[in-house]
Amino acid sequence: MDQFTINLLFVGASFALYIGIAIWARAGSTSEFYAAGRGVHPVTNGMATAADWMSAASFISMAGLIAFTGYDNSSYLMGWTGGYVLLALLLAPYLRKFGKFTVSEFIGDRFYSPTARLVAVICLIVASTTYVIGQMTGVGVAFGRFLEISNTSGLLIGACVVFAYAVFGGMKGVTYTQVAQYVVLILAYTIPAVFISLQLTGTPIPALGLFSETTATGGESSVYLLQKLDQIVTELGFASYTEAHKDNLNMVLFTLSLMIGTAGLPHVIMRFFTVPKVSDARWSAGWALVFIALLYLTAPAVGAMARLNITELMWPNGTSGEAVSIETIETAPEYDWMLTWQKTGLLDWEDKNGDGKIQYYNDGSDAMAEKAAANGWEGNELTNFNRDILVLANPEIASLPSWVIGLVAAGGLAAALSTAAGLLLAISSAVSHDLVKGAINPGISEKGELLSARIAMAVAIAVATWLGLNPPGFAAQTVALAFGLAAASIFPALMMGIFSKRVNNVGAVAGMLSGLVFTLVYIFLHKGWFFVAGTNSFPDTVDGSLFGIQSTAIGAIGAIINFAVAYAVSMSTKDTPQDIKDLVESVRVPAGAGAAVDH
Amino acid sequence: MADLKPTTKAARDGDGYWSANIRIIYISLIIWALVSFGFGILLRPMLAGIQVGGTDLGFWFAQQGSILVFLALIFFYAWRMNKLDREFGVEED
Repeated sequence: MDQFTINLLFVGASFALYIGIAIWARAGSTSEFYAAGRGVHPVTNGMATAADWMSAASFISMAGLIAFTGYDNSSYLMGWTGGYVLLALLLAPYLRKFGKFTVSEFIGDRFYSPTARLVAVICLIVASTTYVIGQMTGVGVAFGRFLEISNTSGLLIGACVVFAYAVFGGMKGVTYTQVAQYVVLILAYTIPAVFISLQLTGTPIPALGLFSETTATGGESSVYLLQKLDQIVTELGFASYTEAHKDNLNMVLFTLSLMIGTAGLPHVIMRFFTVPKVSDARWSAGWALVFIALLYLTAPAVGAMARLNITELMWPNGTSGEAVSIETIETAPEYDWMLTWQKTGLLDWEDKNGDGKIQYYNDGSDAMAEKAAANGWEGNELTNFNRDILVLANPEIASLPSWVIGLVAAGGLAAALSTAAGLLLAISSAVSHDLVKGAINPGISEKGELLSARIAMAVAIAVATWLGLNPPGFAAQTVALAFGLAAASIFPALMMGIFSKRVNNVGAVAGMLSGLVFTLVYIFLHKGWFFVAGTNSFPDTVDGSLFGIQSTAIGAIGAIINFAVAYAVSMSTKDTPQDIKDLVESVRVPAGAGAAVDH
Repeated sequence: MADLKPTTKAARDGDGYWSANIRIIYISLIIWALVSFGFGILLRPMLAGIQVGGTDLGFWFAQQGSILVFLALIFFYAWRMNKLDREFGVEED
């Protein structure tokens, strides 16, 4: 059986499983559609949250970004896990106690203002849509590789599958489907990592392998994996793997922005509405992080080990020997992955100096210029290595068995699909429940509400696909922008709604709007207006940026602006009424949480 | 809407239960910031002397250590708050 058939089998089998579960648990009433009747156990909920959370960004993209940058991209690891601490301590139990279905309902009620609710809905839609664009980038990579077609065709096919999939179930279908997806994706992520860790270090646990000594070959004295990696990449003129190369300010703001954004994204927060009790909401956040940590502790090992493997494949005789020849790439089985990925247009090489070999090095480094001149190199010849392909290509790079490659294909698709579906659900509930039923047509029938939910899904996915064809960055970078937007708009409003009785309707609206507009404009100034390439006013680099802060890190500043504006405006306007103070008091204690409240 | 009236005296007074909660949150968030922004980023040069598996302790905190501490923090908070709920008699039925 060839690899294509094996991939097809694995992907087909996993899809049959998800769709089977979705049909079995098909959503009936609106309340089931949104919150699965609140009968979900904390561990189950934690696992589903983890599947929902670990998207194309975590699964497909993150390890690749870490692999090619090293320590500097630790922000992704700390940011996307540290946010759960904020969620568990500052939001989850109180929002569960409040006892409604959506984030914007809380904001609308707490700030006693339909305008606040409307602004929250707009913030949610902007952040979620940006997030879906990142997911679609990942979907394109995964489908392109798996069907062995171009990235663009992969994206279009993927979009149809995501849409069909999200329309199928509601949250309930999604909750149990996502438990299955979690299992598939965590196996797909860790099994190849275990193999590779054994190959390189002899340690079966990748997280420990990262800090282990490499297995000595041919009487060489053993060195630590990270030391070897540092040595080999610096010899090729690249920045060292373990040292810091980014300024502290940007790294802190970027990490903070991802953390706050985690606690402000609707599809994650919604999960905590579906547990039976307030105490369960606290545990649920912990369980979610347990299941997320399994992947996040493995990811840095995947990144470092893949970087080492790729570099050694390009320099089979060591960095001072001869580079790999084109003939070897085209004929040797351990280089097959390069030929397959070349078809997607995400990996490419070019023999610039015509010596029949492919020299992979950092041609931007001054130190390398001399060596290159001496050896007749005319620039880096591994001309394109899209960061988003690293995890999917990883088992092939390490020459693992074909069933492992099939499993990773299934896992990558599961990751991209589950989050895309969760987000589409959040967008559709925001539009149908909050925008249509809450503001435009309160008398709408349940059937009409479901219909508008599905139309909203279709529009969201069309926009995301169109922008995904020319994405503003690698999957994880685009997703990071969505986090910045959520951080600047939603999180501060929720937190002030719980921890302050003084912040009032005017303050909250002013805060959310200023946080959102500031962050969105800053991102558009660097990434292009509405992410259309070429319309940006500033280069998207740290040095060229407007305030010396990269666009992915600006959400943290947006959040601070939101807090400051909301507080200042509230202090100079009327105090909150007594019934709102009572509401805040009641949200703060678990007693009397009661069952789900319908409208 | 759920019952909006605080149900016990302690909760109505607010101070005891809520200020205890705020104190636990403060302590937890200080640890949260210390391991990530502190050990992982800003204080990394100070920890450079401590070697861990071919690199320094700060690198370990940035890539793994902080995640493990986050986990411990969330479970500690859930356990501590559920205990606090019972102490003040504000737990759910």
